[in-house]
Formats: sequence, structure tokens, C-alpha cells
Amino acid sequence: MDFFVDDLGCRRGEVEILSGVGFSLAPGQALVLRGPNGSGKTTLLRTLAGLAPAVRGRVVAPPESIAYAGHLDGLKAQLTVAENLAFWAAVFGGDTAAGGIDAALDGFSLRALSDRQAQHLSAGQKRRLGLSRLLVTGRMIWLLDEPTVSLDAASVAVFAGMVESHLAAGGMAVIATHIDLGLAAARDFDVTPFRARQAAEANPFLAGEIR
Amino acid sequence: MIALLRRDLALALRSGGGFGLSLAFFLIVVMFVPFGIGPDRATLAGIAPGILWIGALLACLLSLDRIFQLDFEDGTLDLLATSPLPLEGIVAMKALAHWLTTGLPLALAAPVLGFLLNLPEGAYGWLFLSLLAGTPALSFLGAFGAALTVGLKRGGLLLSLLVLPLYIPTLIFGAQTVVLAADQMANQTAFLILLAISLLSLAIVPFAAARALSVNLR
Repeated sequence: MDFFVDDLGCRRGEVEILSGVGFSLAPGQALVLRGPNGSGKTTLLRTLAGLAPAVRGRVVAPPESIAYAGHLDGLKAQLTVAENLAFWAAVFGGDTAAGGIDAALDGFSLRALSDRQAQHLSAGQKRRLGLSRLLVTGRMIWLLDEPTVSLDAASVAVFAGMVESHLAAGGMAVIATHIDLGLAAARDFDVTPFRARQAAEANPFLAGEIR
Repeated sequence: MIALLRRDLALALRSGGGFGLSLAFFLIVVMFVPFGIGPDRATLAGIAPGILWIGALLACLLSLDRIFQLDFEDGTLDLLATSPLPLEGIVAMKALAHWLTTGLPLALAAPVLGFLLNLPEGAYGWLFLSLLAGTPALSFLGAFGAALTVGLKRGGLLLSLLVLPLYIPTLIFGAQTVVLAADQMANQTAFLILLAISLLSLAIVPFAAARALSVNLR
């Protein structure tokens, strides 16, 4: 089943940021969101994930199919790497058996760290753990906000491979990123043309009324 | 949902989880009272029920902002909100975890501390029962306040101000249950009203707090 967005208006706080956003994704396809800082990529992703209500338009996705990964990884410092993954696996009712978590641990070579508490991980390791969470959710549509922040080049390549195999398995992804992941099935989507005019009007600073 | 409850309990019990904080605060408040009031046994016995209930209530208030704030700050709440768990269930589990790590230990410790305040003999059982029945209301009403203030930096002050009026009925009927028992009078009515307050907040708060959370997550 496709992931389909039609005439979507997104707002952050009271200000409408984007309007008229529309695209559709078939299984196996990915969308890479482009646009300068503050152009509304995060707002769009949060609206797609259902965290923020849409001003208008609709998001059509199969039920219970979206996994969101934002700037924060949602890790608990006092829990070990394996416990963090096991918690998310249990919450998403995905593969709670050791097999699913093992695969997620191996995906980003976190196996050696599995008994270490998350507070003792480096920033890059935390990010890898946060992204491994996607594997245990068992969700079809991944919404990723700057997933490669603090990853080294090798990990970025591993991550790109992870997305590739997710797409190959019939998954979909919407990724906001500034670097080139080299995904074969991805197409770019520039959010700049969809910037809502109201954004400038409603904000006196942007409209130039206040200096 | 059980996984969420288990995780919250594990987090509370591990280092930095703040499990002992409320209990220690309760102990300190109750221990200081005889030093402040003086050693007159009759005076202490008279104020013991009220002091114990106020101490428990403030101890509970102390840890409320932890219910959602930590999960909000590290992004867990966003991820939970996009998970298959209903927000109402998340609120209920987190409030329950708060009660298990705060209200229940307070109820268990209170009779021992009652001894320090020369609580009359017949009131020990009722002190325990009233705290057991009343602290769930404190945790759940507190969860509502915590959900309302979750996005605010330094929201603790606002949280206390929002929650205190909601706590007053619980305090009145909880303390009254023990006072009447200490005076050897019938206290069933006060106890039943306390129980009703708890059950009502158990039933309503998850829905109200879930709504507040979804607004704050925007």
C-alpha cells in the first residue's frame, strides 16, 4: 500500500510553515527532503508522523506503519544498549524474541557494546543505537530527521545500506538530510517551494515590521 | 504497556532515578516536627495525622515533574506517541509507576514515622489504609499537572501551583480519616470519599492528561 500525502499544510506553534505539500511513495521508494535550515523539514516530518496536527490536507498511510526518528534518540542513560532495544521492541510489539534484537545489534555492530549503559556511549554510538531502534519497530515507513548527525563516514555507509535493505524489503522512507546517501531508489524533494506565505505575514520579525 | 511500567520501575530504582528522594523528604519533614513543636506528647498526638498527610503530599509533589519531563527531554515521549501504545495507557502506566515508587513506600513508612509523633494507638491501621487509598489520587492528579507543564523549562513552580488545589480534597479527607480514627469516632464516610476521589482520578486523568500531552508534543 502506498504512502500518500495530498495538499498538506503544516504548522509549528501558531505559524503555518508549509502548505500544499503533496507526494506519493510506493513500496521500495524513498524521498530525501531538501531545503535550508528552518525551511520546515522537521515540521513536515512531525506532521507526517502524526505528532503535530495538519492544518489541512491529509496523510494516507497504512495503519500503524510509521516509525519516526527525530533529533533525539529516546535512549535511557541508565539502561544498557540491549535493554534500550528490548524496551522499544516490546513497545512496538515487534520482534521481542532475542533474534530481532540480535539482528538490530549486528546491523550497526553494537554487539560488543550490548551490556554497556547508554550513558557511557559516545555521541555517534548513541545515534547508531537510536537508528537500530528502527529495525525492531517492524514498521514499514521510516521518517528520519537528520539521521546521519554525529555518524562517521563508515557508519553513514552502514546506515545507507540499512535503508537500502529496508527499501528492498518493500519499506519506504522519508529522510531529511544534507548529505548524499547514494540511495538508488530515492528522489529529492525540495520543500522550499511549499513555504507558506502566511509564515512571513504572521511573524512580525519576518515581515519586517519590527526591527 | 507492561514493558513501559517495568522500564520506569527499573529507571527509578537505578542510580540517579530518584526513588529514595520522596521517602527521604518525608522522613526529614516528620522528624523535624517534634524539634520545631516541642516534646509535648499531647500536642504531637493532636497534629500527627495532619503532619503525616501533609508530609506525604509534599513528598509526592517533589517527584511529580519526573513523570514526563525526562522522557520529553530525551525524545522518548515523541517515540512513544508514535508507537502502538495509546497515550492514555502511557499516562496510566507512568502514573502507576510513580505511585509504586512514591505513594506505596510512603504509605508503608508512615506508620513507623507515626510512632515519632506519638500517633494515638487506634490510628496506625487507618493511617496506612488512608495513605494506601489516597496516594494513587496524588500520583494521578500529579500526572495531569505534569502532562500540562511538560514542555516548559523550569515548569516545576507552575506544576506545584496547578496541582496543589487539586490535592486539597484528598488531603482533607485523608487526614480526616486518621483524625477521626485517633479520636475513636466513625470515619467510614471520610474514608469512602477519599476512595472515591482516588477512583475518580484514576478514571478521568489518563484521558485528560493524554490530551494535554498531545497538545504539548506539537
